[in-house]
Amino acid sequence: MTLEAHVPSGPIAEKWQNYLDRAKLVNPANKRKHDILVVGTGLAGGSAAATLAELGYNVKVFCIQDSPRRAHSIAAQGGINAAKNYPNDGDTVWRLFYDTIKGGDYRAREANVHRLAAVSNHIIDQCVAQGVPFAREYGGLLDNRSFGGAQVSRTFYARGQTGQQLLMGAYQALERQVRTGGVKMFPRREMLELVVVDGQARGIVVRNLVTGELERHAGDAVLLCTGGYGNVYFLSTNAKNSNVTAAWRCHRKGAFFANPCYTQIHPTCIPVSGQYQSKLTLMSESLRNDGRVWVPREAGDTRSPGNIPQDERDYFLERRYPGFGNLVPRDVASRAAKVVCDDGFGVGSTKQAVYLDFEDAIGRLGESGVRERYGNLFEMYERITGENPYRVPMRIYPAVHYTMGGLWVDYRLMSTIPGLFVLGEANFSDHGANRLGASALMQGLADGYFVISSTVGDYIASGGGSGKVDISEAAFDEAAKAAENRIRQLLHVEGDKTVTEFHRELGQIMWNDVGMSRNRKGLRHAIDAIADLRAEYWKNVSVPGRKDTLNKNLEFAGRVADFLELGELMARDALHRDESCGAHFREEYQTEEGEALRRDEEYTYVAAWEFTGDAGSPTLHKETLSFEAVDLSTRSYK
Amino acid sequence: MSQAMTIHLKVWRQSGPDAKGKLVDYRLEDLNEDMSFLEALDVLNEELIKKGEDPVEFDNDCREGICGSCGLMVGGIAHGPMKATAVCQLHMRHYKDGDTIVVEPFRATAFPIIKDLVVDRSAFDRIIAAGGYVSVDTGGAPDANSLPIPKEHVDEAFDFATCIGCGACVASCPNASASLFTGAKVTHLAHLPQGQVERKERVVRMVEQMKAEGFGDCSNHGECEAVCPKQISIAAIAKMRREYLRALFG
Repeated sequence: MTLEAHVPSGPIAEKWQNYLDRAKLVNPANKRKHDILVVGTGLAGGSAAATLAELGYNVKVFCIQDSPRRAHSIAAQGGINAAKNYPNDGDTVWRLFYDTIKGGDYRAREANVHRLAAVSNHIIDQCVAQGVPFAREYGGLLDNRSFGGAQVSRTFYARGQTGQQLLMGAYQALERQVRTGGVKMFPRREMLELVVVDGQARGIVVRNLVTGELERHAGDAVLLCTGGYGNVYFLSTNAKNSNVTAAWRCHRKGAFFANPCYTQIHPTCIPVSGQYQSKLTLMSESLRNDGRVWVPREAGDTRSPGNIPQDERDYFLERRYPGFGNLVPRDVASRAAKVVCDDGFGVGSTKQAVYLDFEDAIGRLGESGVRERYGNLFEMYERITGENPYRVPMRIYPAVHYTMGGLWVDYRLMSTIPGLFVLGEANFSDHGANRLGASALMQGLADGYFVISSTVGDYIASGGGSGKVDISEAAFDEAAKAAENRIRQLLHVEGDKTVTEFHRELGQIMWNDVGMSRNRKGLRHAIDAIADLRAEYWKNVSVPGRKDTLNKNLEFAGRVADFLELGELMARDALHRDESCGAHFREEYQTEEGEALRRDEEYTYVAAWEFTGDAGSPTLHKETLSFEAVDLSTRSYK
Repeated sequence: MSQAMTIHLKVWRQSGPDAKGKLVDYRLEDLNEDMSFLEALDVLNEELIKKGEDPVEFDNDCREGICGSCGLMVGGIAHGPMKATAVCQLHMRHYKDGDTIVVEPFRATAFPIIKDLVVDRSAFDRIIAAGGYVSVDTGGAPDANSLPIPKEHVDEAFDFATCIGCGACVASCPNASASLFTGAKVTHLAHLPQGQVERKERVVRMVEQMKAEGFGDCSNHGECEAVCPKQISIAAIAKMRREYLRALFG
């Protein structure tokens, strides 16, 4: 099978317009005859569902939380990029496109990224119209800030809770459609199977998490907006319920999984404090605008940070990257922190941390100035660690934050299963091997508000999803039976180890061997170790309780079973990619200075993996990335 | 390193909506002061699963105080004793070795119990669906800077837009009123020019939905403000009342 990306013709800046000009339209009176199933209610799912219902489609929406307002998009702190150029500092759609494709280390599809930049401005307009309270200047116009090392100020923000405010906008638009009847909302439902009829995605099987009942829903298209899979590492900044199950079930039904090894490890997180740790907390990247990152010059220096004089500190980001200093991209900053800690310079009780110091900023801006910019983040830090960051430097360490990989989609966001569309973090398309700050919110909303309404319409108007399917058809029976069997199996193992114990073990393997720095030996070890752990899981996991009631541990058991398959695929993908690019750092491929060494001749492609019936032997398909608009250069932040 | 703690928990266990519930005693050893309260409950659940017993069900997700999933009465206080803190951000360092902590679900007629500490807060979604939005379809919005808004208006709107919909306000109100929740959304949108067009019908519809859901009236206790993890001011309720009267008689 060849992967056809369906990129429209024409110069890059005209491709999306060319697509829109030619896309087929569904007659307005016919839209209500089409049922669209939307799974997930974060920025991508919420915005897509609201927009499609506004257009007249009949939309059914599913989420695992008790309310669509709780999707994990809500936790995004920093901001959302757009090429408005309000500050008149030289930003353009081209520049946002270029920064994003370069930031992704030239491993994203050019046409998708340009479209993302092109629709970015509409997102801001839409959100402001909804009443999203973005930060403003005293003159009443919108404020922008520079974020994550960008040379222009293009990030719109709402204090340290931009994701929350954008999600409330999408959620409120969604609830408005619930009121009109355009959206029927199904909270506390987990998608366990995709139903494919005559080669097209035509339905889903969900578990009602309160009653345990397996429910069947038919539709003309299925939109998967289920977020990323960072929780495969057990510890991440993801919410506890974030998982890969819906996407993985689709993968097993024929949707290719693209670039699974591209995992973003965010540099500024609160370090692990002990074995009981259940999740990690991100401190917004904006802190690096004013905080300085350092470790003692002497390995094993146990003095308190205030007692270490300036000339005995190593501001290692400023030293290694004088051009960008503390504002180098996430992948670069994370790796640099890992290197100093691995070399014994780490601080704190675990030695797996570096300082993020605001002493200079407090000297320059005063404590009140720092409080104005970062007050809520400082409070959060103190609440979690019990330390006052106005007095002692923060301790930070990288943590898994975002997954650039995901289900393969074409330009229309359609997966290799016709009628199955994938939006937001769940797809692979826009961030290449590394995502820039403030780009995740942009992508989720671009996909949901501005891309999918045209592409789903085009699919349906072109005859996709035609003819009604009934939930009593054999394909639904089969899917429901498969879901039922898995649940029964999990409950019947009755072993000695808890789901969390397995998950923690998997996370250790992933973090050690498929984490910030990878090598052939470690990846081979991971593949074997995960396969062994997976085999043990089905013999020795303990899942008490019943299936016909709320049973969160049973939900987790299903998710960890899928993580145990995904983890191996991630290791295989990382092993096959004999180069370093973006967040994927292979120790065998680095420059003399320890920077990532890309191998463009061999690896300028998307690795899309096909499930073959056995988790151990996926088939690799390649989508060659051709760059017409930009020249491939080596990222340098010196 | 921090000292190991022993904590005695009394946890509300109820197997289903119609089952009779009761407080059950548990003893947790070797807790650590850097743990969050929910991580202590994780420890309890791991022990229960090891014994083949049903773990305690409680809603939680982001564990960083923003998604609003978690909500427990801890020691009789919604989200526990720390001000401006959702229970997922409550840490064990605020307790002493040997303490006893009572853990119960949020209780309100409009929040029926599903199981153990999990309640159904979907009434909040229906209040928002009644009018908690600006009716703008996707596309066609004017340029974002074509509408200047004084910074102080946006800042004030923001203070009310930070609600996480956790329901602590309802759980701590003697009348189980949802006035702070509803008032926060009404106030957020009433402070912004985008919210003016539908200002009157919004407040009327939301207030009526709130009543229809079985939430009580506000009698100015102020407990809601005291427990709100986002410190939303009770001024929202006064604003909601003014908006309501203005809509009916203004």
